[in-house]
Amino acid sequence: MQKSFENEKTIFTFAAQNFFNINNKKRFNMNNYETVFIASPVLSDVQIKETVQKFKQLIADAQGTLVHEENWGLRKLAYPIKNRATGFYYLFQYKVNPEFIQKYERAFKHDEQILRFLTVRLEKYSLQYAEKRANLKKEANSTEAEKTETVN
Amino acid sequence: MSTNQSEIRYLTPPTVEVKKKKYCRFKKNKIRYIDYKDPEFLKKFLNEQGKILPRRITGTSLKYQRKLSVAVKRSRHLALLPYVTDLMS
Repeated sequence: MQKSFENEKTIFTFAAQNFFNINNKKRFNMNNYETVFIASPVLSDVQIKETVQKFKQLIADAQGTLVHEENWGLRKLAYPIKNRATGFYYLFQYKVNPEFIQKYERAFKHDEQILRFLTVRLEKYSLQYAEKRANLKKEANSTEAEKTETVN
Repeated sequence: MSTNQSEIRYLTPPTVEVKKKKYCRFKKNKIRYIDYKDPEFLKKFLNEQGKILPRRITGTSLKYQRKLSVAVKRSRHLALLPYVTDLMS
């Protein structure tokens, strides 16, 4: 009789632990994502910086981490979007809870100065590729910085 | 007589076409992920109208053709590639 009672107790504690583990997993589950968005070309430099800062802040507010960002600058679009032939391309790579993505995409949708956006989850191989790309960009940037230093 | 024969042979050289075997360039170069952000690379798999070329022409394996088509479609969404054109640049 005594033994079975103990067993029940252990089962209960085990179940409780499992329950909390699942909860923790859900809370701290992070995925890698990548978002490219096109900002309207009519914005001034300051306005673009503001919008970029706004979307960066959203990631930070959700306890996400921005891994990498790229500014492709003003590019010609392959076809007109909202009667615009050009746009400012921006790329964010970040780590965030999957539940955040829905809100984030809605924020992009509601911003009228965003012509287009695309969010992609990075799995094994695409993450490898993204890391490689980020490193390459960093190296390029550092060499450029060195060059400017030597010029100066 | 013998010289004549050799001349004829010379004028009509044996036309044995050696068919070059097609291969999947993703498998060969061990490319595991096809980037949608690189339109210049994706253009190799499109015709002049911006349509995706079939596997029987490019030789891409089925696995990578699927990934390629996804990449091209993403690229089109971001206006890096056109949906329709008359002449690709």
